[in-house]
Amino acid sequence: MATETAVDVVMPQMGVSVSEGTVTKWLKSEGEQIEADEALLEISTDKVDTEVPSPASGTLTQILVQEGETVEVGTKLAQIGGAPGANGQTQAAPPEPATAQAAAESADASGAEGETATAEVVEEARPAEPEPTAAVPVSDGGTDGKSFVSPVVARIASEHGVDPSQVQGSGRGGRVTKKDILNFIEEGAPAAPPAAATPAAPAAQPAEAPVAPAPPTPAPPPPQPVVGETGEQFEPMTAMRRGIAEHMRRSLDTSAHVTSAIEVDMSRVVAIRKKLKQEYEKDYGVNPTYLSFVARATVETLRDYPWINGEIRGEQIVTRNYVNLGFAVELADGKGLIVPVLKHAEGLNLLGIARGVTDIAQRARDKKLTPDEVQGGTFTITNPGGYGTFHGTPVISQPQAAILGTYAVVKRPWVIQDDRGEDVIAIRPIMNLTLTYDHRLVDGALAGRFLRDLREKLQTWDEAAY
Amino acid sequence: LAEKTYLQAISDGLREEMRRDKRVFVIGEDVGVYGGAFKVTLGFQEEFGAWRVIDAPLSETAIVGGCTGAAIMGMRPVAEMQFADFISCAWDHLVTVAAKQRWRAGTPVPITVRLPSGGGFSGGPFHSQNPESSFAHIPGLKVICPATPEDAKGLLASAIQDPNPCLYFEHKHLYRRIKAEVPDERYETPFGKARVHQEGDDLSIITWGAMVYTAEEAAQQLDADGVSVEILDLRTLVPWDKQAVLESARKTSKVLVLHEDTHTGGFGGEIAATIAEEAFEDLDAPVKRITAPDTPVPFSPQLEKAFIPQVDDVVAGLRDLAEY
Repeated sequence: MATETAVDVVMPQMGVSVSEGTVTKWLKSEGEQIEADEALLEISTDKVDTEVPSPASGTLTQILVQEGETVEVGTKLAQIGGAPGANGQTQAAPPEPATAQAAAESADASGAEGETATAEVVEEARPAEPEPTAAVPVSDGGTDGKSFVSPVVARIASEHGVDPSQVQGSGRGGRVTKKDILNFIEEGAPAAPPAAATPAAPAAQPAEAPVAPAPPTPAPPPPQPVVGETGEQFEPMTAMRRGIAEHMRRSLDTSAHVTSAIEVDMSRVVAIRKKLKQEYEKDYGVNPTYLSFVARATVETLRDYPWINGEIRGEQIVTRNYVNLGFAVELADGKGLIVPVLKHAEGLNLLGIARGVTDIAQRARDKKLTPDEVQGGTFTITNPGGYGTFHGTPVISQPQAAILGTYAVVKRPWVIQDDRGEDVIAIRPIMNLTLTYDHRLVDGALAGRFLRDLREKLQTWDEAAY
Repeated sequence: LAEKTYLQAISDGLREEMRRDKRVFVIGEDVGVYGGAFKVTLGFQEEFGAWRVIDAPLSETAIVGGCTGAAIMGMRPVAEMQFADFISCAWDHLVTVAAKQRWRAGTPVPITVRLPSGGGFSGGPFHSQNPESSFAHIPGLKVICPATPEDAKGLLASAIQDPNPCLYFEHKHLYRRIKAEVPDERYETPFGKARVHQEGDDLSIITWGAMVYTAEEAAQQLDADGVSVEILDLRTLVPWDKQAVLESARKTSKVLVLHEDTHTGGFGGEIAATIAEEAFEDLDAPVKRITAPDTPVPFSPQLEKAFIPQVDDVVAGLRDLAEY
């Protein structure tokens, strides 16, 4: 469907907690043709990196936000179809800095990425007299149903942390119906969220408000005069790195982190895994990793320790009857970490968990995760053991109550009792587990009992039950 | 269990109450010798005598006034208005005296007023109305609107035994058209308990009386579209089953309120308002009302069809909700 009228491409809402995104790459340049749903640009948020598909077919008439710029959700990024800048609120928006002020700002921010360009667009785009805009009323369900969210849809969206604008609407005018959002939640989010038809901000704003969409935020805190010493090099922080940095600091400022550790004799798991490995790989193409064994046993153990699967929310302690298990996954380039969540892990057996972990880890590395797959975790497992480390003190993923660390399985001399009850030294595969918990909610004794029970489950692994 | 018409079920229920409770008597225009305009009390005078099946003069005021006095003195009168429309003559006795006596003087007024109501056969403006909403607004009165033969019998028994003045709206269009199994034994159908006429997942219709069947026919057409409709028959408007309505609204999130009474001030407005107040966060569409327009009931068959909600009207309303 070719577009006669101009269609705005806006920064999509990538999950409820995400308020801004960075344009990392334009896949089309101005003047090029694009089909609806064809990838138009790549964006990066503190949660995920993803492609944004074109909301319509037509010519990419204008790019308003350049690569490297960070803007708020809902900010107009580009325009498809129509005449350049002919879309009411963005009249005559020259993409390049043109004013003296702009030049000054650019100079100020030298050293950072070219993030100021759009700030000038805003300045330029503001006509002396606001012109009557032709934009449709935002809540008109008849013409732009997507913009109207019914009470029940709003409630379900907030309960599940889903952004309704990511849901394909089947109601009148494309409105998202209750069924649409329930199906969406049930099936999981689609691979890439459509660039949401977010209501154009100016239509709802008073006359004196800026006429351009939500102004781009001044990108990363302007690194005050960055003076490099000899031999130093600079690279800009990615949105993900900034997100991680903020989250790590906030977590340590929020929770009272304490770590307890326990040693687990993995003999039984090693033996069972050896047996299952061939079967799983042959029949299902799935590798039953040690991590999946630990995850399975953890889910089982969490059932008896609801607080460890809980959170402090205001003055309340939240517990739940499900486990959404987060897994810390390092990205392929080694420059970031993402925590995809295996939802409702309590309903998965060993095979289900192994398959789920393989799937989300792979998609995490391929940057194919959807925002909702990195949200809603209730407990997290991190596995730095792959490199041989035997201990660590991970940082809790907020607002969770604890994080389990799994470490290398190492053959160690181990004191056991022989048939006659005499102490002997045997060679046993030992794995250390750490539980880092929020001491505000979880007492040391509780954490100790949790680790003890988890060890017990692993050491006496019940094949039939798991 | 036997198949009975709606009319037979009312007649049987009334006869049964008269047989088991000597305090119960019937009074109305032509209810005795003639057996009632619709023959509900046919043979009653022969069985119970002229003192318990009283032919009254053409005065609804006298009938309801007499009933009120008799009820205060311990009787259980059942008055018949020949047509529900005529009840306005008795408004003062019902609303000022019967409805308030219990609060004013402490004496219960256990009267039942049977009200042949509803249109569909060119009865015109004096013989076709559904004035239930007017009385639902009056504290102290109970309002009963059975849709099935089984409920007609059970609700009549409950009305007669209830210590409050009960207005029992029997829909004339159901009298001989609707036939269904009715238990032989005596039973009381409780007030304030809606009946799920049919279960569904996508849309809810809240209705009562003859409109239950209009809703059913409309729902069948939606069924062909793959849209499943739940029909809730309120059975009584005072008290009404708020819980059941809210549950259905929460389940489907799209509600159509359907009644044969006129629009403004109709009881559907109360239901819609309650859903908006108490189930707002469960709504996926505005609550829709399908009712008669705000005019008297016309004589002309064509006009009456345009007046009373028809199956096609309900189908259109349901589709509109489904597509919303």
